[in-house]
Amino acid sequence: MREPHTTETFLSGAGWTALAVFAAVTLLIMPALSVFTEPDNPLHVSAYTITLAGKILCYCVVALAMNMIWGYAGILSLGHGLFFALGGYAFGMYLMRQIEGEGQYQSELPDFMVFLDWTAYPWYWTGTEHFLWAALLVVLAPGVLAFVFGFFAFRSRIKGVYFAIITQAMTFAFMLLFFRNETGFGGNNGFTDFKRVLGFPITAPSTRAVLFALSAALVIGTILLTRFLMRSKAGRVLTAIRDSESRLMFCGYNPLGYKLFVWTLSAVLCGIAGALYVPQVGIINPSEMSPANSIEIAIWVAVGGRGTLIGPLIGAFAVNGAKTFFTQSFPEYWLFFLGLLFILVTLFLPKGLVGMASQIMRARR
Amino acid sequence: MPRNLLRLIACACTVLSIGLAAPDSHALDRAIVDRLASDDMMEKLDAIEEIAVSGETAALALLQAMQNGEIYLAEDGRAVIVSEDAVLDAATMQTLDPAPEEFSPVIVNNRIRARLQTAIGALSLLSPERLVRLESAIALQWTEDVSLLPVVARALEGETDPAIRGMLVRIKAQLDLRSDDPQRRLAAVEVLGSASQARVRAMVARLVELDPAGAFVEPDAQVRAAALDALRSIDRRLLLSDMLGRVFSGLSLGSILLLAALGLAITYGLLGVINLAHGEMLMIGAYATFVTQQVFRSYFPEWIDWYLAAALPVAFVATALVGMALERSVIRWLYGRPLETLLATWGISLFLIQAVRQTFGAQNVEVANPSWMSGGITVMNVAMAYNRIVIIVFALIVLLLMWLLLARTRLGLFIRSVTQNRTMASCVGVPTARVDLMAFGLGSGIAGLAGVALSQIGNVGPDLGQAYIIDSFMVVVLGGVGQLAGTVYAALGLGVFSKFIEPHIGAVLTKILVLVLIIAVIQKRPQGLFALKGRAVES
Repeated sequence: MREPHTTETFLSGAGWTALAVFAAVTLLIMPALSVFTEPDNPLHVSAYTITLAGKILCYCVVALAMNMIWGYAGILSLGHGLFFALGGYAFGMYLMRQIEGEGQYQSELPDFMVFLDWTAYPWYWTGTEHFLWAALLVVLAPGVLAFVFGFFAFRSRIKGVYFAIITQAMTFAFMLLFFRNETGFGGNNGFTDFKRVLGFPITAPSTRAVLFALSAALVIGTILLTRFLMRSKAGRVLTAIRDSESRLMFCGYNPLGYKLFVWTLSAVLCGIAGALYVPQVGIINPSEMSPANSIEIAIWVAVGGRGTLIGPLIGAFAVNGAKTFFTQSFPEYWLFFLGLLFILVTLFLPKGLVGMASQIMRARR
Repeated sequence: MPRNLLRLIACACTVLSIGLAAPDSHALDRAIVDRLASDDMMEKLDAIEEIAVSGETAALALLQAMQNGEIYLAEDGRAVIVSEDAVLDAATMQTLDPAPEEFSPVIVNNRIRARLQTAIGALSLLSPERLVRLESAIALQWTEDVSLLPVVARALEGETDPAIRGMLVRIKAQLDLRSDDPQRRLAAVEVLGSASQARVRAMVARLVELDPAGAFVEPDAQVRAAALDALRSIDRRLLLSDMLGRVFSGLSLGSILLLAALGLAITYGLLGVINLAHGEMLMIGAYATFVTQQVFRSYFPEWIDWYLAAALPVAFVATALVGMALERSVIRWLYGRPLETLLATWGISLFLIQAVRQTFGAQNVEVANPSWMSGGITVMNVAMAYNRIVIIVFALIVLLLMWLLLARTRLGLFIRSVTQNRTMASCVGVPTARVDLMAFGLGSGIAGLAGVALSQIGNVGPDLGQAYIIDSFMVVVLGGVGQLAGTVYAALGLGVFSKFIEPHIGAVLTKILVLVLIIAVIQKRPQGLFALKGRAVES
């Protein structure tokens, strides 16, 4: 690959300040404003805003996770939507259990199982009524899948476009699997109509505010984790894999372990983001696993600037903000815009918005 | 009901002899016909049966009239047919003049209606029209009504058409299986041994099963032995036609995959450009077919059956132009950066989908099969649709043309040289940029041809390409990059393999299994099953 080594100084003084401001706003001010002010207060943050922002924060985590493997290690995954959705489904199982017979059929079982004439939960639902087990599943389901898949793929040194295509096929296959009613995850409709999380009503402003703050904390944690990782020796090896894997191997390193580690870590982060996403938007269905969703993640990172610490954050906010704007105002032009974004960013903005900004700064100096 | 049966056979024999003696007698026995209007339902049922086995030409019209509720009971006790403009004597079919003053309707309940339907079906076996007889034989082919036996036997005597004859022989044997006479059952079993239907197998298999009391359903040991023989021979034939059916649907799927992947084999395999908009090239090809069809409908309706011949060049040129425009405007700037190419072409595909959606609407458009492509033939009980056969042949022709182009023309030589070693080819004077352009146009054009084929077997909508893009990439990845043979083997192999396991585990699990297998294969052969050996391995 021809890209130069990463030159970003991980978080300068101004960067730390910005992060602190971001933390203060998202962890304290916005949740507080949404819970403790009345709707007619001009400072009030509406439930809609906080849900939308919380949703985008979850996307930010996905973008940061994607940046870990694509931006730093040079492995493009077109299947990250799958890990996101798996985390969401794992936590969704717990949320479905929390409905506790308040569904349409007043049954112990979720409505879709009643519909299928099932009389008991299938074996893989065992234990999902316990929050801790569900939380563990959120990590395990994407983690184990990523580990096994990554092990076989990296061991035979599948990389680049091949790897991207195979991950795309993987998420496509899982989408088909989850679309089947008999798979036991609600088929087409997925999980929805949640009532409670940990006993708290899921639509209450305080619950929403807490979920939002948790998402923000996850974003901040992921940023710090990425920074820590990329400053470590392992991070150096990862960027070396991106820049020239064969040279690295000639130096005596075996890339398998490094790739597998960062790949699995990235998948797990996506899973956790998915688990926070589902209670906020209130639905998870197989379309989250569609190849188009996964490839959109890549464009968030590309727009912001891959291989930079905050680029993915900016990209996720920019693209999703644009998506919200377009789908509300000009729904038929959203795909045109997204398509053009893919083309123009790859042609003219290979380093994304962050790269463009630093270029302008350098030109000024 | 053996008593009833015997009576029927006896009756049939007498009627048969009369019928043979005077085949053109149009009158029915008034005594029987009048019983149609009886109050007693059993009387009516018997009368219908007797009229049916009489096999008279008039019987069909009479029973049909009864089915339509046109039979009435006149005041003098005669059955009459009341149609719109006249009242007919049911027995003679003569107009009654003067018409009876009063008549009451004859009740036709569901049971009678069912019996009427069978009877009318059986009578149609004797119709002079070949098509009517064929349809009736098809309708009756699984009947279990032994009372039809005399009619079937009589129809068999006069039947000359071999296809209908074969069916009648089978129907007669099936009914004979229930006969009391072991000799007739034996003969029937022997006849059925040459059948190849799963239902016939079930009928014969019933003979060698045990009834709840523990005795064999078939008391005669000789018949049982014959039944076992027949079962073996049916099984052999069933297995064969099952295999044939799966191979055919596998080849059909494989040829579709091949068409979808061939263009990709050029752009990805030969140029190394990963084109996620390839599926949209298929879609454009299909829409080009639609536009051609509409033009033919409006301007040359008399040539509409041949619009596909015009659609092929139209689709090829349209998609090739789109492809070349993309190569010039976007892809050329991204050579050597495969991941960026992938994202940019995805953007192109979104753009094209939305553009088509805005032009033609989000709904599927209707593309019709030309009349010569609808229908099909049945070979060894395997139905083969003409459009599937045409597509298999078409895929082979496209493959042949592409091979000729790559192997025998100057452009093909250039493309192959650039594939093998771009720098060296450039050094000896191959205009690589132009070759890239031409090759991209060629790959896209072939995708357009595939789109024409796809429009004939599936829905044509803006999302058409999305369904094929992953499958065709899987074919190219499995087959290996850089040459056509791998793509062909992979496409046909995947198609046949999928169709062989699909009946066992279902379509979705098959797709997942295929994906897992492809990943497993890539473990052993990272460059695909049939990769070229050479230095072009490290990118």
